[in-house]
Amino acid sequence: MAYDASDDPRQLFGRPTPRIDGVAKVTGAARYASDEPVANPAYAYLVTSAVARGRVAGFDLDQARAAPGFIDVLTHENVGGQVKTNPDPAGKPDNTTTLESDKIWHDGQIIAVVLAESFEAARDAAHRVGVRYAAEAPSASFDSPGVQVEAHKPQTPDAKKGDAAGAFEGAPVKVEARYSTPTQHHNPIELFTTTCVWDGPKLTIYEPTQSMWGLKGGLAKQLSLDPKDVRTVSRFVGGAFGSKGSPTGRTAWIALAAKRLNRPVKLIASRDQGFTIATYRAETRQQVKLGATRDGKLVSFFHEGWEVTSRPSGYNVAGVETTARMYACPNIATAVNVVHADRNTPGFMRAPPETPYMFGLESAMDELAYALNMDPVELRRVNDTQTDPVDGRPFSSRSLMPCFDQAAARFGWSRRDPKPGAMRDGDWQVGWGCATACYPSNIGPAAARLSLTPSGKAAIQLAGHEIGTGAYTTVAVTVAHALGLKVEDVTVTMGDSDLPPVPVAGGSNNAASTTNVAYKACQMVRDRVAGAAVKAQDSPFHGADPAALRLQDGLLRGPGNLSEPLDKAVARTGGRLEVYAENIPAGLPPSAAQGLYEGKMVMSRGTGRKDVTAFAFGAHFVEMRVHVRTREARVGRVVSAFAAGTIVNPTTAHSQFMSGAIWGLSAALHEATEIDADAARYVNDNLADYLLPVNADVPPIEIIMVPEKDDRVNPLGVKGIGEIGITGMNAAVANAVFHATGKRIRDLPIRVEHLL
Amino acid sequence: MRPFAYDRAETTALAARHPTAQGQTDAKVQFLAGGTTLLDLMKLDVLRPERVVDITPLKARHSGIEVGPDGLRLGGLAAMAAVADHPAVKRDYPAIAEALQLAASPQLRNMATLGGNVLQRTRCPYYRDPSWAACNKRTPGSGCAAIGGFNRQHAVLGVSERCIAQYPGDFAVALAALDAEVELVGPGGARRISILDLHTGSDRPHIEHSLRPGEVIVGFRVPAAPWARRSTYLKIRDRQSYEFAIASAAVALDLDGGVVRHARIGLGGMAYKPWRAKAAEAALVGKPLTEDTATAAARLALEGAVGHGHNDYKVELGRRTVVRALLAASATEV
Ligand SMILES: Cc1cc2nc3c(=O)[nH]c(=O)nc-3n(C[C@H](O)[C@H](O)[C@H](O)COP(=O)(O)OP(=O)(O)OC[C@H]3O[C@@H](n4cnc5c(N)ncnc54)[C@H](O)[C@@H]3O)c2cc1C
Ligand code: SF4
Repeated sequence: MAYDASDDPRQLFGRPTPRIDGVAKVTGAARYASDEPVANPAYAYLVTSAVARGRVAGFDLDQARAAPGFIDVLTHENVGGQVKTNPDPAGKPDNTTTLESDKIWHDGQIIAVVLAESFEAARDAAHRVGVRYAAEAPSASFDSPGVQVEAHKPQTPDAKKGDAAGAFEGAPVKVEARYSTPTQHHNPIELFTTTCVWDGPKLTIYEPTQSMWGLKGGLAKQLSLDPKDVRTVSRFVGGAFGSKGSPTGRTAWIALAAKRLNRPVKLIASRDQGFTIATYRAETRQQVKLGATRDGKLVSFFHEGWEVTSRPSGYNVAGVETTARMYACPNIATAVNVVHADRNTPGFMRAPPETPYMFGLESAMDELAYALNMDPVELRRVNDTQTDPVDGRPFSSRSLMPCFDQAAARFGWSRRDPKPGAMRDGDWQVGWGCATACYPSNIGPAAARLSLTPSGKAAIQLAGHEIGTGAYTTVAVTVAHALGLKVEDVTVTMGDSDLPPVPVAGGSNNAASTTNVAYKACQMVRDRVAGAAVKAQDSPFHGADPAALRLQDGLLRGPGNLSEPLDKAVARTGGRLEVYAENIPAGLPPSAAQGLYEGKMVMSRGTGRKDVTAFAFGAHFVEMRVHVRTREARVGRVVSAFAAGTIVNPTTAHSQFMSGAIWGLSAALHEATEIDADAARYVNDNLADYLLPVNADVPPIEIIMVPEKDDRVNPLGVKGIGEIGITGMNAAVANAVFHATGKRIRDLPIRVEHLL
Repeated sequence: MRPFAYDRAETTALAARHPTAQGQTDAKVQFLAGGTTLLDLMKLDVLRPERVVDITPLKARHSGIEVGPDGLRLGGLAAMAAVADHPAVKRDYPAIAEALQLAASPQLRNMATLGGNVLQRTRCPYYRDPSWAACNKRTPGSGCAAIGGFNRQHAVLGVSERCIAQYPGDFAVALAALDAEVELVGPGGARRISILDLHTGSDRPHIEHSLRPGEVIVGFRVPAAPWARRSTYLKIRDRQSYEFAIASAAVALDLDGGVVRHARIGLGGMAYKPWRAKAAEAALVGKPLTEDTATAAARLALEGAVGHGHNDYKVELGRRTVVRALLAASATEV
């Protein structure tokens, strides 16, 4: 290839690239946290509370102590004061506790840790632990007596513009409806494991995490250690979806146990314990009021949410921050309330705010389309806008209608008979529905170390997270293309807090944060190579403008098709060439780098910026089939389109979009954690009873990536794609079910009994 | 899982050396076949046998599949998958093949045996988690957490105020519809009982079945009958595969032109034990099979059904399932 003078890094991307760690994963060579070999570990098994509120009155431990292989047991009685409480997922100190005291905040709270010579022995001994409770009547959820309701304390003020109530009164067409979404648990296939090893004062924690440096900083605080003495290792994570984003209460006790035993300790929590020792998506209730003119223009938008949380934590997701920004509207009001119950503290789960709240908005939009006798796609078009309706700032880019139009064309939307119940295939009623997908484009500060050898091998190191998204590959692709190398010439090392920090792999910031810092490091390498070349007598670039030189095709290239091989060009910089780069996204203070090193969550959020509002957008189209007699609702087919700026790797991006869409189907039709109303305990806490779609439930899903160049979101134009796929799909399904049956389901999941 | 002693029984006589009642939840001895029910419940600390007797060596003698003029004989240790895929079973006893084919997953169907399948335990989540104190099936006299608790999956037929657990299996429902018998061998010799007498009732929920101590299920007999070919198993569930029924019906019809000569209806997913709807069957005899007669029969089939809140829908769903299954069976080409 010839020298390319372009300076637009976005052109480096877009080539489909298989996962560089794919073979390691499918052959079992990839090392997940609990695979890390440690010498002579003891095994921990958790004892969790069988009541949701009260106190531990005492333990009967004789039987457990007598069990074969028993070593030790930790309870509040012997170790209670020895660690500080883990903060809630928002970083606030008010959170439920574990062994700190005899207090029980919720079902399944960790109340003892049994240690034994093997996993089986630990489980057996744990089963023999007798617990005496001083139980109190708990409050399970919204309608339970004893819950406390309060307005949430928003990060940014709740959206308010004009007079939403007055405009609603006067609107010629109105929709007012209540919706609800259920409790859901992430259930990553990899369980919540922790292995702790001490070497003198130094603690190493092997634990699947989405936040290497967050876990490091958090555990140092909880255990009163110097953060320098805490190392976290998590090279591969077997699914996380937000559940491994913030430290949980278990880790400090395993560290303490390892200290007491002077021996590595390994915990593998069970599937059912995963429902209560980590976080979950809290159930929501929502009220939506939309007022519109007869031609469909919104004149009033009101969205209020209620979310369950634990007694001490105010954690909430407040998705109205997003929904208020979806469509042009002169009068806007939103509110969010938290409902404190005797439950574990909820936390991030794939598109935490958008998954529940877009269900309310996009269902209401569909209801409005019927009230207007208007095509739902046209209703979105009439209300589309390039300006954030709340802040008046421009969207960095917004390709919502191209997504709708391309997906509608593929789906064959124009053949839809708009009348509910009009389409039929034998004994199956058929319905088509659509909805908007969206997710804010976030980016955080990040650091990385990059080296390039004269033989043309690059190595990049950063404490990044491979949670299944293909993060090793996106970083490798960035470095390879920016340095003009082949992907296989790039080694990526991640998953270790001894490496330079990057933000939590959450909020879909990972690709933007890591590719932008990797690109910056590559620029620094290029500058060093180019700078040395223009000064060197023996270089063809002697005296040239260094800014015009490029690393392309394994060469240092310049105008006039001059080039120099890397062995010369790199060697000239003084042997091994290594740079350290920090990228602080525009708008964040320089202190953001310090925060990064302290494990704090510092983020340039798509809705918090001064210059633009940044979102990725998409559109889902779904066909639903409902049996005329027995009312099972099954998915016929799906077409979804997304515009999310620069697509770093279409191969892994496709997987993210598609898996998000599948999870959206699941959220609409299958998933719900059932809670025993009297006991405030989860009932279906296993993968047989917590329903997920199986292959037979997932029809052909077509993903369209709508090209989009974004000049403003960040230098590489990368928007996050990890979460957008799930958003809006629940509404698209419910809208299709309405079209099939004439029955509007406002409470998820949609089950046979709702359609009988 | 608690430590246990492990034995292998090469013959039914060796198996019979362990004559303790296995039908009780607190049984000290359990036979191990495919293990897909037993080992799960042991890991969950629900079943705590002190001795596990591995009866898989009995496969050598008791896993045959014979389709003859008198009917079908299935070995008690035959794999679910082997029977589900057997061409003659599919042709002559489609309800049996379908019930097995629609059950569990391929992996489970390969491991699990017919004898273990009919004796699988309820999926009641309160039963499967010993941290719930109230469960009469696990701990007699402790109460029933499902009544007043989350009971969407629970039974509406054959329940009592002691227990509303659902019998979760499919195969036994097809057996019930087709008048099958269970062949047993034990310390007292061999005997046969009706499949309808294998499972015991909800008045004593801690007792699962009527096997005598040490008895092994060695086979099943399904009599040849004019309705067997026109049989089908309809399973309604919350997802398309790998899921227990929320309602199911095994129906078999002997038609004379459009008129019903004989009907057989078994119900699953909504009853405490494999259920037979005899009143509904009788109501169909001598009538043409139409939407109306099927609906009337379905009403009888669900007569006496009791919901407990979350599972109230099963009464109506059960009726519709029966109607759909009857219409499907009558439309089958045989
Ligand atoms: C995730 C999951 C999904 C499932 N889905 C379905 C479904 O959709 N439909 C369905 O029907 N089933 C389903 N099952 C249940 C499955 O079919 C049963 O677990 C299986 O059939 C049991 O057979 P087994 O040979 O493994 O029995 P085991 O677990 O070995 O034994 C079960 C019980 O029967 C006793 N026993 C076994 N064999 C004999 C014998 N010959 N004589 C006397 N006693 C004996 C044992 O002592 C034990 O008490 C599912 C199971 C799982 C785990
Ligand atoms: S329904 Fe039966 S098995 Fe379930 S809790 Fe009640 S008694 Fe126990």
